[in-house]
Amino acid sequence: MKPRSKRLMLVGGGVALLVAAIALVLSAFQQNLVFFHTPTEVAEGKAPLGKTFRVGGMVEDGSIRRAGDGLTVSFAITDTAKVIPVSYKGTLPDLFKEGKGAVVQGRLEADGVFHATEVLAKHDENYMPPEAAHAVEQASKAAETLSQ
Amino acid sequence: MTPSDRGRSLFRFAAPQVFYPLAGRLAPWFAALAAVLTLAGLWLGFFVAPTDATQGEVYRVIFIHVPAAWMSMFIYLIMAFWAAVGLVMNTRLSFIMSQALAPTGAMFCFVALWTGALWGKPTWGAYWVWDARLTSQLLLLFLYLGFIALTRAIEDPRRADRAGAIIALVGAVNVPIIYFSVQWWNTLHQGASVSLTKAPSMATTMLAGMLVMALAAWAYTIAVVLWRVRPMILERERHTEWVGALLDQESTERGGRA
Repeated sequence: MKPRSKRLMLVGGGVALLVAAIALVLSAFQQNLVFFHTPTEVAEGKAPLGKTFRVGGMVEDGSIRRAGDGLTVSFAITDTAKVIPVSYKGTLPDLFKEGKGAVVQGRLEADGVFHATEVLAKHDENYMPPEAAHAVEQASKAAETLSQ
Repeated sequence: MTPSDRGRSLFRFAAPQVFYPLAGRLAPWFAALAAVLTLAGLWLGFFVAPTDATQGEVYRVIFIHVPAAWMSMFIYLIMAFWAAVGLVMNTRLSFIMSQALAPTGAMFCFVALWTGALWGKPTWGAYWVWDARLTSQLLLLFLYLGFIALTRAIEDPRRADRAGAIIALVGAVNVPIIYFSVQWWNTLHQGASVSLTKAPSMATTMLAGMLVMALAAWAYTIAVVLWRVRPMILERERHTEWVGALLDQESTERGGRA
């Protein structure tokens, strides 16, 4: 065998072994790499209930209620299958809106309410000018009216 | 011309004494191209592209953030490619190419992280979160810095080449992890708006500005790397005849002008 092809085999073999090793490590760490849990996972008991964790999903339409002090907010996070009520005291990011994505960090208390210490807005991958967004909204409203 | 002749004529450019003048001739063209594309891309991004419906003006950071992030991942793959070629073929130029790419890759990686943090505060509500996308991109920056530090720390160039090549090859595994992290795990970072497998989910002028900026990043990288490769070739090859002849020629030219 020529020295060049021998080196090619050594380098190729080394890289293949390494890829396999990293694939194994990643599959082992799969759980820890998850930034947030979905409400369905929480309902199934897959989230670390005793500890602080994050829940991500959509802010349910019509769920945002502001308390009298102007700082405490309650809303619900949903993945359309399950809903988790959340209460939070603090300032919200600008993009926090009903029907948009959000990730909340905190604890699920015994009363079934998730007490958040941090609220992050999750942006989706869609970028469009306001006119286009308006058109999309109008179209979905028209579709709703037709289906009724 | 037989196929093997053609192959040999392409390999001709792998010889440092042939590549040195070629790099010098090509670099200014790519630099000019980079300047034109950057101006066009920034104009498209900041004056032509519309405001985003949900984010407002802050989204315009993507015209720098996304091209920088793409480039930082792509440069690492090219670096690893040259490192593998160097290890297998024992070509002198391959390791030089690999090391000339690293500082530009590190710069783009830093720009991607920095602009991302500036965007994250107003949109997400946090400069930094430890999600899979952000963490793996930070790891990429450390890989670049580790590669640069290691190759500069070892005195013997042949050993430095080999040690660096190993980091380049091992670290290349991280690039697909960065790219697919948003699909594999729940991340705060949004999924890809532009990919090869589906139609882009953004307005056409926004996409055009981003793609022009991406081309500008390519042209800039090629120009800077060609310029960085030249003194590295001279330093490595300083004991060879062709460098001696070149330096003699330059010193007589300078002497004649003075």
